[in-house]
Amino acid sequence: MSSSIETLVNKEYQYGFVTDVDSDTLPPGLNEDVVRLISSKKNEPEWLLEWRLKAYKRWLTMTEPHWPNVKYAPINYQGARYYSAPKSVKPLQSLDEVDPELLSTYKKLGISLTEQKMLSGVAVDAIFDSVSVGTTMKEELSKHGVVFCSFSEAVHNHPELIQQYLGSVVPYSDNFFAALNSAVFSDGSFCYIPKGVRCPLELSTYFRINAAETGQFERTLIVADEGAHVSYLEGCTAPKRSTNQLHAAVVELVALDRSTIKYSTVQNWYAGDKEGVGGIYNFVTKRGKAHADAKISWTQVETGSAITWKYPSVILLGDNSVGEFYSVAVVNNKQQADTGTKMIHIGKNTKSTIISKGISAGEGQNSYRGRVQILPKAEGARNYTQCDSMLIGNTCGAHTFPYIEVANNSSTTEHEASTSKIGEDQIFYCKARGLSAEHAISLIVSGFCREVFKELPMEFALEAQQLLGITLEGSVG
Amino acid sequence: MLTIDNLHANAGDKAILKGISLTVNAGEVHAIMGPNGSGKSTLAQVIAGHPGFEVTKGSITYVGQDLLEMDPEVRAQQGVFLAFQYPVEIPGVTNAYFLRSAYNELRKAHGKEEMDPMEFLDLMEQKLKVVDMDPAMLQRSVNAGFSGGEKKRNEILQMAVLEPKLAILDETDSGLDIDALRVVAGGVNALKRPDNATIVVTHYQRLLNHIVPDFVHVLAGGKIVKSGGKELALELEAKGYDWLVGTA
Ligand SMILES: Nc1ncnc2c1ncn2[C@@H]1O[C@H](COP(=O)(O)OP(=O)(O)OP(=O)(O)O)[C@@H](O)[C@H]1O
Ligand SMILES: [Mg+2]
Repeated sequence: MSSSIETLVNKEYQYGFVTDVDSDTLPPGLNEDVVRLISSKKNEPEWLLEWRLKAYKRWLTMTEPHWPNVKYAPINYQGARYYSAPKSVKPLQSLDEVDPELLSTYKKLGISLTEQKMLSGVAVDAIFDSVSVGTTMKEELSKHGVVFCSFSEAVHNHPELIQQYLGSVVPYSDNFFAALNSAVFSDGSFCYIPKGVRCPLELSTYFRINAAETGQFERTLIVADEGAHVSYLEGCTAPKRSTNQLHAAVVELVALDRSTIKYSTVQNWYAGDKEGVGGIYNFVTKRGKAHADAKISWTQVETGSAITWKYPSVILLGDNSVGEFYSVAVVNNKQQADTGTKMIHIGKNTKSTIISKGISAGEGQNSYRGRVQILPKAEGARNYTQCDSMLIGNTCGAHTFPYIEVANNSSTTEHEASTSKIGEDQIFYCKARGLSAEHAISLIVSGFCREVFKELPMEFALEAQQLLGITLEGSVG
Repeated sequence: MLTIDNLHANAGDKAILKGISLTVNAGEVHAIMGPNGSGKSTLAQVIAGHPGFEVTKGSITYVGQDLLEMDPEVRAQQGVFLAFQYPVEIPGVTNAYFLRSAYNELRKAHGKEEMDPMEFLDLMEQKLKVVDMDPAMLQRSVNAGFSGGEKKRNEILQMAVLEPKLAILDETDSGLDIDALRVVAGGVNALKRPDNATIVVTHYQRLLNHIVPDFVHVLAGGKIVKSGGKELALELEAKGYDWLVGTA
């Protein structure tokens, strides 16, 4: 037994934790001891444990929100596991054990065999290339003083930054899922860009996908110091399998004066089979705080998960700050998405732009939910919202829930919405030029999403476009 | 090249084509004229494979194959081209991208490599000249916000790129100004070869001065009520359709 495990065992004892399973996996259920154990396994400082415990206690008093326009069977929170060390997850022995549909998607996306194994949870002996890519990247970043590491590492190496900013945008008491995440978060990413530094690379979590199973309760914190500039990419286009159905991530962005944070996501968690069985429930809290003259821009392409509940938002705190939200959300088969944004204008002359494109196919249900709130002191604030829905077939649904509150009369808001059906005529026109139905749909749909795709970094945009085609495959006869 | 035999087609319960027979050989130009609502566009769309029409009787043979058995995209890949009476808008998709996708589908269907964007641009430069079109139009969304005339010109640009065996032009001349008509007709003529054929649907003799037909057919009430040479078009211009429709 290594000494670190010994310490752990002792700690467990110290906290009165009794269990008969091996020390790397906890039995299902959530209680204070579980929270303590997670913290101790990560060797966390006392203040962080205290924070987790406060979150846990708050969570106990909260109830799961039921206002989103999604339906699912009740979640048994005591039936879920809240900690399992990556190595304890039993890997599949070969790709033969993986859902063939998943594999065919990988092939279409041109993903290498090794990566296919990584993504689907098959044991691999060779260490993934991306680890070395990661190392080179880190060297380049540290030259500029940029910190980019796992959340756990940051807790140990940059405790002052974590202590200052953790929960400063999304307090643990924010909502049911954020409280749950705060109590039991496993790991995630941390990123700090020093004053005046323009981050020399697009920061991507892609290279960390081999860290299996960190996705369940992920926590990300990005701090751009004054005048800094960073573009961050989350996720990858390949559908990721997970043995955990419930995912509740939190992302906090802090954009100090004159800084810019651009956060792009491609979310493609396993959506379940055609009947919706086995898909991920993705309940995410993402929010940024923009100080004076700062800009936060969210771009998301949401194609995966059985249920998506997610509202990347911006608190426009400082004068002249800017918030943007560009979103493409696609649902097919039995998928349900309730997604949108909140723009809270506090500072003067703040400006926000919302472009949302919802695509529904199969029996999918897609809801846009947005809140634009202009507070009394936010003089001269401006918002532009454009919210377009596209329907493919007759059995899907699109819904919009826009809320606009303006508390002064020097501000302006503009809202445009449209719903269109992908036309038989459009598809026929493409076919008459030699394009297959599938090709036609992906073309028409990516045209529909162009305003959002152009916000994505180049390679990401191409992948996203391809992904859309694959997600909608078979949605038209 | 194309043999249509006793073709009947419905839209829903409504019978529109009621027994059309027509043979088009390589190298020929056929003009189809006829009153509004007589079924000209329907015929054109049935040949292209529009799913909104159901063929209830008859057959279409195209280069020795059963055309009605082929999916619309396969027909296109095999060289059937329809210039739409009402070209469809596809917002957000650039004309250039659309054309390249179509062109590459054609190449793939014939076992050729896809063409990369740079090469394709060179090709486009020549093709734009055929219809005298501003290259800026390539960067705009397919037909979105195009004027009526621009849409028609764009159809012929697509035809120039795809070089079909059988081109069907459905009222491509409607909405064109006099200069544009000359340009478009010139484009169609420039694309004519001994091994391809053209069917032009039109209301105006004027177009047929530029694209000279070998045969003129009059469609009325879903049937071809009269066929003749190019002089028939002049006769129609003078007399209208009434004298023919009466015999239908
Ligand atoms: N989808 C449809 N459903 C019902 N009726 C239809 C449909 N499509 C066409 N029709 C009808 O069939 C008839 C023939 O239409 P078509 O468009 O082929 O005429 P056309 O000869 O091209 O006329 P025009 O000279 O005005 O272009 C018309 O009466 C039209 O209303
Ligand atoms: Mg017509």
